[in-house]
Amino acid sequence: MANIRSRKFVLPVAALSVSLLALAGCGSEGSDSAGGSGDADCAAYESYGTFEDAEVSVYSTIVDIEAERLEESWADFSECTGVEVAYEGSKEFETQIGVRAQGGTAPDLAIFPQPGLLAAQAQAGYLKPAPQEVSDLVDEGWSEDWKNYGTVDGTFYAAPMLANVKGYVWYVPATFEEKGWEVPTTWDEMTELTETIAGEGEMKPWCAGFESGEATGWPGTDWVEDAVLREHGPEVYDQWVTHEIPFNDPRIVDSFDRVGDILKNDEYVNGGFGDVRSILSTPFAEAGQPVLDSQCAMHHQASFQAVNWPEGTNVAEDGDVWAFMTPPIDAAQGTAITGGGELIGAYADRPEVQALQAYLASAEFANARVAQGGAISANKGLDPELAQSDLDRQSIELLQDPNTVFRFDGSDLMPGAVGANSFWSGIVNWINGSSTEEVTQTVEDSWPAS
Amino acid sequence: MSTLPLENKDLLPDVKDDSTGGRPTMQKRVRQRLTSRTATAAAVVIAVIWTIPTFGLFISSFRPEDNIKGNGWWNVFTDREFTLENYADVLSPGGSQSPNLLSYFVNSLAIVIPGTIFTLVLGSMAAYMFAWGRFRGKDGLFIFVFALQIVPLQMALIPLLQLFTRVLAIGDFQLLPSGTYAQLWVAHTIFGLPLAIFLLHNFIAEIPGEVIEAARVDGAGHSTIFWRIIVPLATPALASFGIFQFLWLWNDLLVALVFSGGGADVAPITQRLAELQGSRGGEWQRLTAGAFVSMIIPLAVFFGLQRYFVRGLLAGGLKG
Amino acid sequence: MLVVDRAPKSGREKVQIAGFLAPALILLAVGLVFPALQTSYLSLTGRNGEFVGLDNFVWMFTQPEALVTLRNTVIWVVLVPLLASSIGLAYAVFIDRARGEKALKALVFMPMAISFVGAGIIWRFVYAYKGPEQDQIGLFNQILVWFGQEPKQFLLDAPENTLFLIAVMIWIQTGFAMVVLSAAIKGIPTEIVEAARLDGASAWQQFRNITIPTIRGSLIVVVTTITIGTLKVFDIVRTMTAGQYETSVVANEMYTQAFRAGEPGRGAALALILFLMVLPVVVYNARLLRKQKEIR
Repeated sequence: MANIRSRKFVLPVAALSVSLLALAGCGSEGSDSAGGSGDADCAAYESYGTFEDAEVSVYSTIVDIEAERLEESWADFSECTGVEVAYEGSKEFETQIGVRAQGGTAPDLAIFPQPGLLAAQAQAGYLKPAPQEVSDLVDEGWSEDWKNYGTVDGTFYAAPMLANVKGYVWYVPATFEEKGWEVPTTWDEMTELTETIAGEGEMKPWCAGFESGEATGWPGTDWVEDAVLREHGPEVYDQWVTHEIPFNDPRIVDSFDRVGDILKNDEYVNGGFGDVRSILSTPFAEAGQPVLDSQCAMHHQASFQAVNWPEGTNVAEDGDVWAFMTPPIDAAQGTAITGGGELIGAYADRPEVQALQAYLASAEFANARVAQGGAISANKGLDPELAQSDLDRQSIELLQDPNTVFRFDGSDLMPGAVGANSFWSGIVNWINGSSTEEVTQTVEDSWPAS
Repeated sequence: MSTLPLENKDLLPDVKDDSTGGRPTMQKRVRQRLTSRTATAAAVVIAVIWTIPTFGLFISSFRPEDNIKGNGWWNVFTDREFTLENYADVLSPGGSQSPNLLSYFVNSLAIVIPGTIFTLVLGSMAAYMFAWGRFRGKDGLFIFVFALQIVPLQMALIPLLQLFTRVLAIGDFQLLPSGTYAQLWVAHTIFGLPLAIFLLHNFIAEIPGEVIEAARVDGAGHSTIFWRIIVPLATPALASFGIFQFLWLWNDLLVALVFSGGGADVAPITQRLAELQGSRGGEWQRLTAGAFVSMIIPLAVFFGLQRYFVRGLLAGGLKG
Repeated sequence: MLVVDRAPKSGREKVQIAGFLAPALILLAVGLVFPALQTSYLSLTGRNGEFVGLDNFVWMFTQPEALVTLRNTVIWVVLVPLLASSIGLAYAVFIDRARGEKALKALVFMPMAISFVGAGIIWRFVYAYKGPEQDQIGLFNQILVWFGQEPKQFLLDAPENTLFLIAVMIWIQTGFAMVVLSAAIKGIPTEIVEAARLDGASAWQQFRNITIPTIRGSLIVVVTTITIGTLKVFDIVRTMTAGQYETSVVANEMYTQAFRAGEPGRGAALALILFLMVLPVVVYNARLLRKQKEIR
């Protein structure tokens, strides 16, 4: 793959290594943040043009250390093009972006984690369609599916940026080896393993935690989406997400029950925390801990679980903790995975805004950001070797593999009334004891008629 | 906590004895009766119940991350392991891009102090007119302003934002530019006014009418009366409300999110703390320390101005 | 202000009145009255701004969770003002002139200095649950364990979980009640207290016949303020249960519908219901105001 994009690819890598050297220099010397301004190879950024006094505001959900890495990854772009980036990250992004757009203080660029939210903003007429330049770049670097996530009613608005892979099942390799447990390759094997572990009685097979403030319940939607995609294939999955089939279609009910067989069984959950209902009060970021403490064997969570382990935990196939992909139900059907990602929508069409939007959609950016660690991208121009961990590398390879069936997290695609509300609360009620039929019916009823 | 219910039961009969009355006349000062042993004990019980949750958090904020997540804070009595790391963590978040909490502290003060003062000045002026002015429809208007308290903040944010960006703007020039303190001051003032007017009206209306009448006879206008009589007499009330308004603004997150623009120049400490929680939550060690960092100023304000609460509302002023 | 004073004598009073009221009233008109009107209109529209008549209200009173939300709001609005004010009053009386009064006040006042979000954090800790075989990190469950009971999911079991949330609000608001009422108690003229003492009134008699009547005005202010604050409460519910497990209240549901579910019309309809619920408080205060005027 890499050899195809000869020029376009080699230059950024060169630029990157120079900038990394520059960074290293900074680290040792202290606060000289402008260090390397003369050295940074600006050739890679020529195509974006140069600007004077240009500032672009960017708003997203990304905060903390990941925000720092993000800012780091456009530092060279800023230096070479003169585009200053005013970045703001907030956990209240999902509600605030709508407030600001309506109030007339929208940022220039917003990084949307949910295509559903992006679509709502585009339909309300706030977003500017992406310029041809960005569109071409996305055609070149991304699959059609990804371009579609940023397309609303036939108009292409938002370029994809970063991605994550959902459906990993985390486990401790040493424990599996010691007990003689095999990593399952089909869902049935996973169920058998679950029974085995529960039968041995030493630890619960699973631990889970769905608590996430007002978003409580979302890790459960991931479970269900994984099951739907694997059990009924991408077509049914798409129909379900777009409401071509009702939310409580018998096939979807089946998938709920498939997950329920594991999650709603006190024998199988919730190692280290208590009974089934303790899933609801366990913060999702802490839910994996018992895996390390040998209180449970497996924990289902996306690739970003890697940052939730305590500092110093070695995530590797022979390390403290590792993950396998939730196995297919029928191994012959190949790999199908769900995941999430971010899309860059523009509220302004000034040239410098479009330049940054283009850069964020480019392979150069993907490489620069992935090299910082803790993130992956589905950009085809991304060099898997830049990944900072085995898991990142594995995830990138999965995303880039043409045989992989990839589907975006369904709840992020559904309308907000479902995907960010009734689906979550449905999962909560379901774990709290309501029947699958009851829950899926309630969610179906909440689907907005349009 | 465990022993509290028992203590309560012990207390009940005593309180009842008191309440049935009929005790022989006490020789001591009346007020001392109120601070009898029983009352003090009851007060201590309430104080303890009210303090324990915060105390637990306080202890937790000095415990290492693993301990916080692993067992209860009461275990520190047997397992003494403390760290200042949590505080170091929230006060100086690592990267070059993240200034430490101190500058957000200053932002908070720059938002909250003017916001409180504007509310106090405008609120007390209006409250005075509602209490002592003579004009038609006064009571109706006052009730209307009072009723505005219930307009949910969340519903008013977007129209107000539109006002700033579209109505109070000529082309790209905004009278009150986005992402500056000015918008926050105005927003906080608006949201604080109904309660300010209501509370201050009730205090100001209780100022004896003779005082005001006497001034009027001397030919004083409303401005003179307001500044020379009302403000001095209502100082304790103004201070009390000022403290509450200060606390409410200090703890605000919602208004800040909408109007601050989030930049490091304007965003208050609450907003920064919300970001520090990390993108995926569950960071108890940061939450605990952060909560205490953000509490320092409100507590200092309370202790600093407490004497205004203690001072008699009118008694002190009238005599002085 | 001086400019206002120098206005022509004839219209001077009017100009002064306008000068005093105008700044506040203009701000209120643009910042609250206008949004309130807009909200009223919004409550009659659907997801895409189309006019839908009373559909949003029909939705509100036909969905099964609506009654629970309304019931919870009523429980909140009865319990919080009542308990917060009584405990605050009792505490203020108990510690009046006591040794260490300032410190004792500060302890109960402290929750006021913690934001709602901070309070949510503290109490989630208090109610935290771990399985029976684990170490408890939540104080309440540890107490249950010490007494040989099974740990309990305090926030998951309806309907008592609403009471556990209400406790948090009471915990916060008691400080407010206590501080205001304590100031009022200090304002009771010493002569009256002395007179009662000479008459041989017991502590309870003094409390009932002197303290309560004298501070009645402050008491009403406190109850009114806490009542309105309680009706608007949403941070506590949002941070602790996000309205799940049948704990939602109208204000929280309003926020969820308007900002998360993308149904501003429904949110607005709920806001109007909130307004209706506060009407009795407004009417009561209006009557009181009229009565005061008559006395004067």
